[in-house]
Amino acid sequence: MVPTSPRRPGVASNPLGWLTRSSGTWLPPLLGTGGFLLLWQILSSAGVIALPAPSSLFTEERTRTLILYPFYDRGGLDKGLFWQTMASLSRVAQGYTLAALVGIAVGITIGLKPTINRAFDPLFQFLRMVAPLAWVPIALVLFQKNQPAAIFVIFITAIWPILINTAEGVRQIPQDYRNVALVLQMSSRRFFTKVLIPSALPYIFTGLRISIGLAWLAIIAAEIVMPGTLGIGFFIWDAYQQNYVGEIVLGVIWIGAIGLVLDRLMAWLQTRISPGQ
Amino acid sequence: MSTLLQPTLAGLPSPSTEAFLRFENVSKVYPTPTGPYTVLDGIDMAVNQGEFMCVIGHSGCGKSTLLNMVSGFSTPSSGQVVLHGNAITKPGPDRMVVFQGYALLPWFSAYDNVYLAIDSVKPDLPAVEKKEITREHLAMVGLTEAADKKINQLSGGMKQRVAIARALAIRPEVLILDEPFGALDAITKEELQEELLTIWNTQKCTVLMITHDIDEALFLADRLVMMTNGPAAKIGEIMEINFPRPRNREEIMEDPIYYDMRNQALDFLYSRFAHDDTE
Repeated sequence: MVPTSPRRPGVASNPLGWLTRSSGTWLPPLLGTGGFLLLWQILSSAGVIALPAPSSLFTEERTRTLILYPFYDRGGLDKGLFWQTMASLSRVAQGYTLAALVGIAVGITIGLKPTINRAFDPLFQFLRMVAPLAWVPIALVLFQKNQPAAIFVIFITAIWPILINTAEGVRQIPQDYRNVALVLQMSSRRFFTKVLIPSALPYIFTGLRISIGLAWLAIIAAEIVMPGTLGIGFFIWDAYQQNYVGEIVLGVIWIGAIGLVLDRLMAWLQTRISPGQ
Repeated sequence: MSTLLQPTLAGLPSPSTEAFLRFENVSKVYPTPTGPYTVLDGIDMAVNQGEFMCVIGHSGCGKSTLLNMVSGFSTPSSGQVVLHGNAITKPGPDRMVVFQGYALLPWFSAYDNVYLAIDSVKPDLPAVEKKEITREHLAMVGLTEAADKKINQLSGGMKQRVAIARALAIRPEVLILDEPFGALDAITKEELQEELLTIWNTQKCTVLMITHDIDEALFLADRLVMMTNGPAAKIGEIMEINFPRPRNREEIMEDPIYYDMRNQALDFLYSRFAHDDTE
């Protein structure tokens, strides 16, 4: 008999017991999601709704190919979901990075200078109410090409929460910290790196996290109206034009999953960079 | 009882134009919607170099305003506060403040908070020296062990120690403390009072400290400034506290003069200038 190292009772030796004890955390979401899918399945099978049932994503050949081969590439726009997603994500990355840079810079400026804030606040409040889709025709007129226009739509959608939250974060720097900087006669650069940025960081991250979701929503909207673009948005539109309803459903699920991953990624980054503040 | 008698020739130098820090007919008036509101009215006072001065008075009597005019966060409406013959107009590291809410930067460790202060005030000092000063001042307040802890991991007393270490590390001429021990428990409070006295003895900076605690003032101060009630508060009395230094709390409390002075201060605060609660 092989001697085994002593085990903590009930943890590794009895995985079933562990599953039962932690059921409070995994059971409700499982039941909720499972129930929803089951209801959908029943309603589609009974013909109450025109959408294909969830199970058809695996039984239908077109969607099964898409699920099983995300990396296929037959040239042009006929590519796997991975490539479609990467094309969309790279647009998001470009527009979002631009929005973060400009949003944080302008946010700090208007946070520090009340006069500049008063000058531009009405304009900002107005512009942030314009829906992403409404920017598409303006962007196409401005840039004449799909790719820069799409990036502009991301930029203009994502910038407002970053800008407004950064400005608020700068305004919320406690007077005590400002007084310390005053009495120590800190240089502006030192105040910026040692006081302003760390103090406003939680606000900046709140803005960044709201914006990543908005940017992802905007890219789908932008791609749908920009024909001939590789990306998950146009993929759905193309599927609709050709009446592949299964592909639409698959595309939508894919979009939701990516959005969720992006949001979680930002939340994780936030806990790493500004812990416990 | 001689506590109220100003020393004439010997002892502390009498207030003169040569004084280290002087309040010259200082008034502070704030404009309000219902007309001007006078906080302080005609304050005249001289503080000697190296003196430990406590200010006591009921809330709203303008104690903080008075000290803010030394730190430079506030300027007098009329009159001036003069340090070394120069009127004070803005904050500066020669008049360091231990803020009421500690005002430590929570994203830094205790060490980094102290280091940042030295690095801001004396950026040209060699890094080795800056590190040495930081360690030395953290050791003075007994925080060598906790130097690398983040501010949020420290207790109130430890935070106040960091704030004092930070203030003293930049070697100010005047140290301003606004009710530094008000939020601390009795034991921590006494410990910190003793530490503050020890450090003050080695550095000999001038200390201006607001307190609500008569015993604290009697233990720490050379002179105790008692303010009348606001609005338009004035200096009511200045009490000389001549216990020999270094002071020992038990010895002082056995001295009958201690109770005379204590009663006199209590009488000032609770009989002659009792706080008007109907307001």
